Amino acid sequence: MTTLTLFYIGLYYFAAIVLIAGVAYRITEYSRTPAPLKIPTTPAPITNSGVALRMAREVVLFESLFKSNKWIWVFGWMFHIGLALVLLRHVRYFQEPMWFVVEFVQPYGKYASFAMVAGLLGLWARRFLVDRVRYISTPSDHLMLALLVGIGASGMMTTFVSHTDIVALKAFALGLVTFDWHPVPTDGPMLVHLTLVAILMIIFPVSKLLHAPGIFFSPTRNQADNPRETRLIAPWAAAAERK
Amino acid sequence: MAGPEFEVPKLTEYTDVPKIKEGAMAHVKSFPAAKASQEFLGYPWELTEDWQERAINKMGDLLGKYRSLRVFMDACVHCGACTDKCHYFLGTADPKNMPVARQELMRKVYRRYFTLPGKIVPWLVGAEDLTKETLADWYSYYHQCSECRRCSVYCPYGIDTAEITMAGREILNTVGMGQKYSSEILTKVQKIGNNLGLPGPALEDTLLGLEEDIELDTGVPVKIPLDVKGAEILLITPSADFFSEPHVESLIGYAKVFHAAGASWTLSTHASEAGNFGLFNGNYEVMKKVAMRIRDAALELGVKRIIVGECGHAWRVAYSFWNTLTGIGYGGNDPFSIELQSQLDSRYPQPMHICEYTWDLIEKGTLKFDKSLNDDRIITFHDSCNVARGSRMGNEPGGQFTIPRNIIRAVANNFHDMAPETIGEATFCCGGGGGVLTDDLIEVRVKGALPRMNAFNNVVQNNGVNFLGLICAICKAQFTKVIPYYGFDRSMVGGVHQLVSTAIKLD
Repeated sequence: MTTLTLFYIGLYYFAAIVLIAGVAYRITEYSRTPAPLKIPTTPAPITNSGVALRMAREVVLFESLFKSNKWIWVFGWMFHIGLALVLLRHVRYFQEPMWFVVEFVQPYGKYASFAMVAGLLGLWARRFLVDRVRYISTPSDHLMLALLVGIGASGMMTTFVSHTDIVALKAFALGLVTFDWHPVPTDGPMLVHLTLVAILMIIFPVSKLLHAPGIFFSPTRNQADNPRETRLIAPWAAAAERK
Repeated sequence: MAGPEFEVPKLTEYTDVPKIKEGAMAHVKSFPAAKASQEFLGYPWELTEDWQERAINKMGDLLGKYRSLRVFMDACVHCGACTDKCHYFLGTADPKNMPVARQELMRKVYRRYFTLPGKIVPWLVGAEDLTKETLADWYSYYHQCSECRRCSVYCPYGIDTAEITMAGREILNTVGMGQKYSSEILTKVQKIGNNLGLPGPALEDTLLGLEEDIELDTGVPVKIPLDVKGAEILLITPSADFFSEPHVESLIGYAKVFHAAGASWTLSTHASEAGNFGLFNGNYEVMKKVAMRIRDAALELGVKRIIVGECGHAWRVAYSFWNTLTGIGYGGNDPFSIELQSQLDSRYPQPMHICEYTWDLIEKGTLKFDKSLNDDRIITFHDSCNVARGSRMGNEPGGQFTIPRNIIRAVANNFHDMAPETIGEATFCCGGGGGVLTDDLIEVRVKGALPRMNAFNNVVQNNGVNFLGLICAICKAQFTKVIPYYGFDRSMVGGVHQLVSTAIKLD
């Protein structure tokens, strides 16, 4: 076991713990904070199944963004759908044998990376070209895009430019899951890819990437429009009422 | 005209998205609240010595109480979808009036004190210490937001700037930087019973005078009852309806509808206000106290139904929050709710909007109209922001859009909607909502009205529209004041029940 391998094994266990514990902590925090008032953005569904449908449209189709701005929608949707396919494709490195969907998605996932990076570049271009978006962009917004583009580009390199030893990679990845450790592949693009992904995992719970769990807790989207029929009262408000 | 001089925006066919002009509205300062009203509300009236600690503690308190604030502080990705959605940005070009930038005024402080990266690498993530300059920015820009929620429609995560503005104002109040207009209104409504500070005897006189006017005008003795115990319906309406023009015309309209339906109804002096500025300032306790006057009046008078007059934010509070705050509604299983619910008539939704009531009667055929009496009017309808995006009417989502339009079509022959991207859930605020309806913010009000004025101008030019139909007391007051700046006559502004009043047949 080389020092390099030990380093990456350590890095990935650390990153995984930070990601899982961090996001779990955030989700606990969001779910424990009460929403004291009914504030769905109306017109809103009046039933809970309607709310589930609204949320699904929001998460899968980016419905509100579509209403809002077609450019951001196109780039954002390309990026996210591309990312979803790429991630699904990556499941193969963690299982043997593969699920059918994972096998099925392999060729699509490969080329979805182009959509993913193109979407990111489109979003990045807006941060320079649109004066309003330039005004609101912080250094971390640019760094986040650089990180994601870096992940996409380095990953594509390993597939399309200089083929990495994919068998070795799978042994390394599976080893992480089964605690039966194997050496990390040592080609440049793969090490860059692995490093950037670990960084992304680590910053996830303290960054704007929290929009992913956040949307499910957004009261304007997850509440049913039924305030005349049901009485919502937060624990802290009920406690004050009893006084 | 008194007040600061500024350039009134030019009307254009479409509302163009302006190039940003940094600091364009930084000079705006709403008048600060004075000792008397702040003391009454339990806030300091000048910047406290420990302002920084108080502000951060208050922010922490609110983050723990409101999931909206908690999630909205974290979820924004600066995508820019909201940047061209706020009427105040469109009318002023000041980038801090872009919803995301308005949120960022608070988010940068949140990051500094409540997030790890903000504590370690503030420069990287745009985190900043809370300074007096930041508070001054908050005071300026949190009073250039009408909490209309248009941004929340377009945000992919549903981030509602209104929630952040409300929290910002509550923190400002906590450190002694209250706004005069809202502070005084919240004091008047709690001391006297309505936002205008109209005492009981004066109200009684006003209503008697109105009854005489109606009888002179129609020959029919339409009554406007006050404090009648045992009445079936309690009408809660904005106090502007009692004597402001054109508001009073709608009050006459409600009275005629009740008369034609043979309803037993009453107003209340104790609860002579539908408006609830507690909403605007993000203080749950104050909002509850103001709303409790209505519950108290309903119990005292023993009414079976509660109906709310034409007022946008009041309807949001009534429809969305009264059940929570006061138990006016259904589904409560605690003694506090049951006491009132058992008194209310469960055949009807509680509370009910006057438009729901009138439309129901029209559908049943109870009301008769001579539509030709409105033939001199070519009407358009402005969806009020709080009704459009914070409430509902009827049984179906979107009833808040169809029911008022159905009423207008039932009582008048000429109706034209404004452009679809400016009505319904996409409606532009009048520019005066959310505690902005004060003369010291006239520049904000005039410029913020630009997108609505452009859309209105188009139907005036193309369809000959001469009447802007409204269901909100703030919209009515705002447009009456602001529409002349854009070259229109203020008599074009009126209420939906003013149209009902014109056409209804009484006997």
